[in-house]
Amino acid sequence: MNKDGMETPGALAQERPRVGLFVTCLVDLIRPAVGFAAVKLIEDAGCAVEVPRQSCCGQPAYNSGDRASTRAIASQVIAAFEPYDYVVAPSGSCAGMLKTHYPELFAGDAAWEARAAAFCAKTHELISFLVDVRSVSKVAARFEGSATYHDSCSGLRELGIRAQPRRLLATVEGLALKEMHDSDVCCGFGGTFCVKYPDISNAIVAKKAEHIAATGAETLLAGDLGCLMNMAGKLQRLGRRVKARHVAEVLAGIDAPAIGER
Amino acid sequence: MAFAAHLTAPAFKANAKEALTDAQLQSALHGIETGIVDRRRATVAKLPEFDALRDCARAIKNHTLAHLDLYLEQFEAKCRAAGGHVHYAVTAEEARAQVLEICRSANARLVTKGKSMIGEEIAINDFLEQNGITPVETDLGEYLVQIRHELPSHIIMPAVHLTKEQIEADFRRVHTHLAPERNLAEHQTLLTEARVILRDRFLSADVGITGANFLIAETGTSIIVTNEGNGDLTQTLPRVHIVLASIEKVVPTLEDVSQLLRVLARSATAQEMSVYTTFSTGPRRAGDPDGPNEYHVIILDNGRTAMLGGQFREMLRCIRCGACMNHCPVYAAVGGHTYGWVYPGPMGAVLTPSIVGIENARDLPNASTFCGRCEEVCPVRIPLPNLMRHWREREFERHLSPATVRSGLAIWAYLAKRPQLYAVAMSLFVLGLGLIGKLFPRFRWLPLATGWTRYRDFPASQLQTFQAQWKRRVRTQ
Amino acid sequence: MTTSARETVFASIRRALGVTGAEATRRAAVAERLREHPRGVIPARGQLPAAERVKLFVRMVEAANGSAEILKSSDEVPAAIAALLRRHNLPMQVRRGDDPRLAALPWDKERQLEVTTGASDGRQLVSVSHAFGGVAETGTLVMTSGTDNPTTLNFLPDTHVVVLRAKDVAGDYETVWARVRDAFGTDALPRSINLITGPSRSADIAQILILGAHGPRRLHVLVVDEADG
Repeated sequence: MNKDGMETPGALAQERPRVGLFVTCLVDLIRPAVGFAAVKLIEDAGCAVEVPRQSCCGQPAYNSGDRASTRAIASQVIAAFEPYDYVVAPSGSCAGMLKTHYPELFAGDAAWEARAAAFCAKTHELISFLVDVRSVSKVAARFEGSATYHDSCSGLRELGIRAQPRRLLATVEGLALKEMHDSDVCCGFGGTFCVKYPDISNAIVAKKAEHIAATGAETLLAGDLGCLMNMAGKLQRLGRRVKARHVAEVLAGIDAPAIGER
Repeated sequence: MAFAAHLTAPAFKANAKEALTDAQLQSALHGIETGIVDRRRATVAKLPEFDALRDCARAIKNHTLAHLDLYLEQFEAKCRAAGGHVHYAVTAEEARAQVLEICRSANARLVTKGKSMIGEEIAINDFLEQNGITPVETDLGEYLVQIRHELPSHIIMPAVHLTKEQIEADFRRVHTHLAPERNLAEHQTLLTEARVILRDRFLSADVGITGANFLIAETGTSIIVTNEGNGDLTQTLPRVHIVLASIEKVVPTLEDVSQLLRVLARSATAQEMSVYTTFSTGPRRAGDPDGPNEYHVIILDNGRTAMLGGQFREMLRCIRCGACMNHCPVYAAVGGHTYGWVYPGPMGAVLTPSIVGIENARDLPNASTFCGRCEEVCPVRIPLPNLMRHWREREFERHLSPATVRSGLAIWAYLAKRPQLYAVAMSLFVLGLGLIGKLFPRFRWLPLATGWTRYRDFPASQLQTFQAQWKRRVRTQ
Repeated sequence: MTTSARETVFASIRRALGVTGAEATRRAAVAERLREHPRGVIPARGQLPAAERVKLFVRMVEAANGSAEILKSSDEVPAAIAALLRRHNLPMQVRRGDDPRLAALPWDKERQLEVTTGASDGRQLVSVSHAFGGVAETGTLVMTSGTDNPTTLNFLPDTHVVVLRAKDVAGDYETVWARVRDAFGTDALPRSINLITGPSRSADIAQILILGAHGPRRLHVLVVDEADG
């Protein structure tokens, strides 16, 4: 407050951290609902959300060995998100790229090393941001029915995301979580892997589909849209009734048709 | 070169396809996912210090690699002082020639072999046979693949790809001196039959060849780790013992090797300790009642020094436990033979290109989802996905990736570097997909995406990207 | 030819590491590690008082499909061996090495037991050895080669009986290495030191575990826990 007892204009706005939402290509192109769910969750956690113009984190180029393109894309990302207190992505795979691989891209680069380090320090996957950074312990959503959760590889092994989504899902009224066998085993997506080695990818996702179906759960949840599209696509091709959604949609109480459904 | 015939890396996809439809193989592979993975987890849980031991093991290997020349000198001096012979080989050909020379000097006709991945790497069996010497594998798994004229499909469990029925059929085909109508229904009977046949070989062999899990610099000692005892009979009974070891097997001291042994068995076979861990130093001493008269160690480079000086040095920490392939979803789907050579799975994806050249092993580092399970279980913390990515970088630099992949990625990267152009292009794409999506919520077929739609449906999009919708939302607020 | 291969390998290693090999700091680091042989991480599991250590050792031997019993005196060894042979319907014949501790046992108390000495040629069914030491952490026996305990006795016979003094049961391998250095020095280790944990086995036939692959099918350990031993 100022000396007249009036609230300083902008004081409230300044208290709220500014989050730059890193949408991710797949969410941007295929399922915007996930982006809107992320916005709602981040705003509910007391932050202001902005979405700077963006393209990709560069992982397809990175995992194909094109370091030059990856660095060009990465430097754009770092610059575009520099104004924000946090960078949050609704994907363990993209957040993993941003947080754990960007430093390696710029190691030894005098101009970019520090900027990359600062960027990584403030970058988080969505659920981890809510639970580990904003200390969110529950959500106000309802979801009638049973669900099973797939632990996407990058989120799990690069970012340590396992307990956090389960903790929040436990507070969703009406939701019964049924764990699947080998929930932490790869679904076979692997980015370009699934189209470069479709036969092997299919064998892996077929096993995953069996484990999902064996739980009897009505809904499949995960934190990565690539994995979800892969698993949902296979379940649908097999004629299974399991519906797939991004975990953010359920936590935000967003009711959109499931992936690949009308 | 002799081993070029084995290199089916250009046929990786064809191998994989065949493997995926091989019901017997799939049934055998299922045993790995459900067996060793769970057992290893249970064994590791019994040792609270396991992760600390991994850190220590990594540190020991890193220190040794940084001083490899000096530790090798020490090993050599101690080994010679104990009466052993130390030979060096730059290439596989040199190693083979040295083995042959030692065998010829011993007038060897029959050679027993303990399991040696270096032996497989230099294809010593074929070479000995071509030169009139008979090699007999004594590790049961290696024996099973030898009689099938196959490569091992796993570095610890060479015959993991075989079912009991296949093994029974092989024994009937090969052990023709035994009664054809004999009952081989029980696993025990098969084992006993192998034991009797191989026992005779052990006692008749002129030369025994083993690998070495480790070489100890402090004492000039070679170590073999087995559960069967075959390695010990191979190296104790014949007149001559030859040890095949690559340069990075050396470890400084007895204490250092104990750290590594603690993580090896647990990672490889989920045992607290393998049954037989044998430390051999030189030939029999005056007065010894048994042991070989001659003890030779052949120390092989074959691409390791190139790894030492470059991006792949961390791969030299590998202690050949096989945990990575046990936990790999790709290996579990296609098995070891798909990888086309001696070293399968994640460690093979990194090591094979180092030895045979990336141009001969293009698919190996690419056939990975980078799930990271391999690195998670590696006892010496090798960053396998990162190393596979380095191979992809080399392939990209050398234009070894398929043209379609390169151009697809080039287009994507071009757009991604130009967010405004990206937005325009993606809006068009999404609009197109979204319009068709008004008719179908998902696609069973998409042009340019048949790799996906062959096995999976692809969801339709909305009419606008998230960013376009967001812009509109912000404007109207 | 071999000499030039050696030169080539060492030159390649040194080039890869960017060193000449003459650097004093590197040589000192290596000399220090060899001299000090630091222990690393020692699991707490085996770090127990003597009596507990022996009990853990027995449990771990059994967990590895071996068997073990604790005797109050070395005088009991021949009787224990005879009992074992009767239990398994084995002929009353054993082969042992020249180990003085085995030679000093009261074998004549078991008249029916025929004891021969020397290495094994594959025709003996039961062997008796004396272990250099044991490791409670994993139930591991440490055997050293020589006329005292020929290596072939560890591998060729079907049943292997090992006598071990309770005071030689260590909590960890490192303690045994210290004794090995004291006993032999690092310039003249025995030709072979066998660390043995349970009987021979294989799981190569369709992942089913079976005992008695090439080495002994049966391993029996007699731990002699004498007050004065």
